[in-house]
Formats: sequence, structure tokens, C-alpha cells
Amino acid sequence: MPTMDVVIPTAEPKTDPRSSERATTATPPTKIEVRNFNFYYGDAKVLHDINLDIPDRQVTAFIGPSGCGKTTFLRSINRMNDIIPGARAEGRIAIDGKELYKPDVDVVALRRKVGMVFQKSNPFPKSIFENVAYGLRIGGLNDRRALDEVVERSLVRAALWDEVKDRLSDSAMALSGGQQQRVCIARALAVDPDILLMDEPASALDPIATQKIEELVYELKTNYTIVIVTHNMQQAARVSDRTAFFMLGKLVEYDDTNDIFMTPKQKLTEDYITGRFG
Amino acid sequence: MRHFDRDIERLKELLLRMGAMVEDAMNESIRALLERDTAVAEKVIAADDSIDHMELEIDQHTIELIAKMQPAAVDLRFVAAAMKITPELERIADLAVDVCERAIELNREPPLKPLVDIPRLAMIAQDMVRQALDAFVRRDTVLARQVIDRDEEVDLLTEQSFRELLTYMLEDSRNISRAIRLTFIGKYFERMADGATNICEMVVYLAEGKVIKHSQ
Repeated sequence: MPTMDVVIPTAEPKTDPRSSERATTATPPTKIEVRNFNFYYGDAKVLHDINLDIPDRQVTAFIGPSGCGKTTFLRSINRMNDIIPGARAEGRIAIDGKELYKPDVDVVALRRKVGMVFQKSNPFPKSIFENVAYGLRIGGLNDRRALDEVVERSLVRAALWDEVKDRLSDSAMALSGGQQQRVCIARALAVDPDILLMDEPASALDPIATQKIEELVYELKTNYTIVIVTHNMQQAARVSDRTAFFMLGKLVEYDDTNDIFMTPKQKLTEDYITGRFG
Repeated sequence: MRHFDRDIERLKELLLRMGAMVEDAMNESIRALLERDTAVAEKVIAADDSIDHMELEIDQHTIELIAKMQPAAVDLRFVAAAMKITPELERIADLAVDVCERAIELNREPPLKPLVDIPRLAMIAQDMVRQALDAFVRRDTVLARQVIDRDEEVDLLTEQSFRELLTYMLEDSRNISRAIRLTFIGKYFERMADGATNICEMVVYLAEGKVIKHSQ
């Protein structure tokens, strides 16, 4: 982690659409609104005053050096950090205007709405079918026809159906790494979420499997709001509409991906994007 | 220094070397014209091959840089600027060759008249190209914008020179071929100044990320 005595400029939310030079193109509505969000592990403050609006049905990428807080922030969006002892959130995150960090929020329902895909694919030691149907069964759905329908639809959306349709009862563990990752995506899609959080979903995959995941992300944004954490800057440039750059727990810059990669406004962003850190 | 910085530095060196060669071609073409020196003109024409070769070398280097390094932000803008500036430089060198070809043709006949506007035009264009390259090296957008502002002066001078040459053509039809050649030469210098303007627009893009082309 870089240690330097610099004042990190913090990106302000663009609440006035006229402030954007591209105000003429229709801005999609905000899906996730974040205001003055802070996060602590015990006494350590790991996220500082984050403000941003994540647009509906677009891909937003979080980039930044290791330890910059991007994964912690991603996990805050479906309250995955709640299970960590001593973890504490402050400020506001709202999905469709509804605040996440209120005592009456049903966390299980929230996680159904906000699915998550991890860096390392983690299929259950069950068949492909049962992996995808898992969330539905937990939710009480046992009707075979309904399950068949959802499993097929989810696998189609995860661009895996054609590869596995003849062997749905085979173990998911026998699939390739890229296929396992798509099973996990299908499993997340099966419970019909609005938002998909992806934490380095392709970092453990070979280039061809990575390309499939990237294509899939691009397809999925028609129906889902996607937030992706990636270490691979070219991947962020290829798949995302908006990019947020984090450093030392602060949001340094958040803008259209084109602007971040061609004309970043902050020197820190420029140095990171061009690999001139350290 | 990163491997990538060395590649960028090398690209910059190549561009500057090409810029120096082009400036040289331009200066010598003006000398060939004003001193009516056919030998100098022929030297400029012969040297153009090495400028063309330089363009190909820069193109190759730029494409390799994109393929291998995937530049972003200011690096990306530098590479994009290099790709746009190189053909401008090559065009300026070609125009210097055109000046020399017309100069050789003019040297076969007695001078039409003492040249007044065309030398002025040539000096301004020469100055603009030199300053454009300086602005590029220093990423100096103030200088770049000053160069762009001079383009209008060049246009007016070209027009003025054409009007004068027209009177020679109307006066005596035997003047026509020389007057037309001089009109062409005026136009060549005007287009060199346009090239300098285009380079300066890329300097602003490189330094500020702003596209000012076609904005007036």
C-alpha cells in the first residue's frame, strides 16, 4: 500500500445534471445512492465520507490499489460486512430510495435483491441444477416445473445453458473455472436480483474465460445494475459505463469511464491509470 | 524509469527528429525560391524520401506501443497526438517539395517581379511550424493558441498575394504561367501554416484533454 503524505481530493456527487458536459444525453436514474458513508473495522476507519450515485442498469467499476477500500465498499452495498465482528457503518446507502442501514431492514431480502459474485468461484458440491436452484429452494420453492423454468432462464442469462443443458445433474465441481464462475452468476440471477455485485469475477480465469465473463457483464446490464471491483484496468475500461477510483479509503474521482481513462481530472487518478504510482 | 516511459520518450525523440527534418526542408525550400537556387531545390526534393521513411517508422512505433502497453489518460493522448501530428509533418514536407518543384520551373524564366508578399507568407508559415513544434515539446498551450490565432493573418496575406498576381495575368498573358506558379506557391505556404495550426490543436488536446478543432 502506498504511503504518502498527500491530501486526497474527494469526488463530490454531481447532483446538478447541468454540471456535466454531457447533460444533453439522458442520464439514467440513480439505483444506489450513497451519502457521507463511513466504515470502520473496530477503531480503524477504512472508508471516508463516500458520496456517489450508481446509475440503474449500467456497469459501474471500482478501481484502486490494494487496500483502498473498494471491496469493503462493495460489500457494504448488500451488508456482507455485518458478519465481521467490530465492523460498523455510518452514513447512508439507499437502493431505490430505501435506506439499507436501518434496524428494520430484512437483510436476507436485501441480499436476494443484491446478488454477489466472488473472485473465487464457489459452487456448492452439488449438481449444476441444484446449485442454480439453491436460493429458490431456500426460499421455499419446490415445484419442479417452476424450478426447471428458472434454472434454464438463469443459465441462459449467464451464457452457460448451451454448454451444460445435457448434463444438469453432473456435479458443478467438475466444470472448468470459467464455467463454475458462470454457475455462480446463474445462481445469483436465479433469485431475481436487481443488482449484481462482482468482486474481481474474472481475476482467477484465463483470457478466454475472462472474455466470456466480460461479454456476459455487458449483456447483463440490459436487465441488472452491475457494480464490479477489478484490479484489471483494461477490464474496467472495456466493460463499465462509470468508473470510481478509490485510494486510502477515499473516493478520489468518479466519472464516465471514457473521461476517467482519457481525461481524468485528478492527478492521482492520472498517476494510477498510467501506472506511475510509487 | 519505466519501460513504458522509455517507449514514450523514444516516440517523442522520433517526432522531434522528424520535426527538425521538416523544418529544414521548409527553410531550404524558401531559400531555393528566394535565391533562385535550383541545386538547393533539388536537394530538398531528394531528401523527402527520408522524411517519408521517418513517418513509417513513427507509425510502426505508435501501433506497437498501443498493442503492447495499452496507454491511458495522458499517455493515450500523447500517442493519439503523435498519430495525428506525424502526417501533418509529412504533408508540410511534401508542400516544401512542391515549392521546390515550382521554384525550379520559375528559374527557367526571368523573374516575373520582385517578391514581396510571398516571402512574408513563407516567413510566417516557417515561424508557425517552428512554434508549433516548440509548443508540442513544452506542452505549451498558450503558445499553441497564439499560433492558431495567426492562421487568419496567413489567409489574408495569401488572398492579397493572389489579387496582385491576378493583375499581372490580366496585364499580359505571357505572365500567366509564372503568376500561376507563384499563386500555387502562396497556397503551399498557406497550407503549411494550416498544418502548424492542426499540430497546435493536438497540443491543446494533449495537454488539456480539450478538443478545440472545428470549434470556431
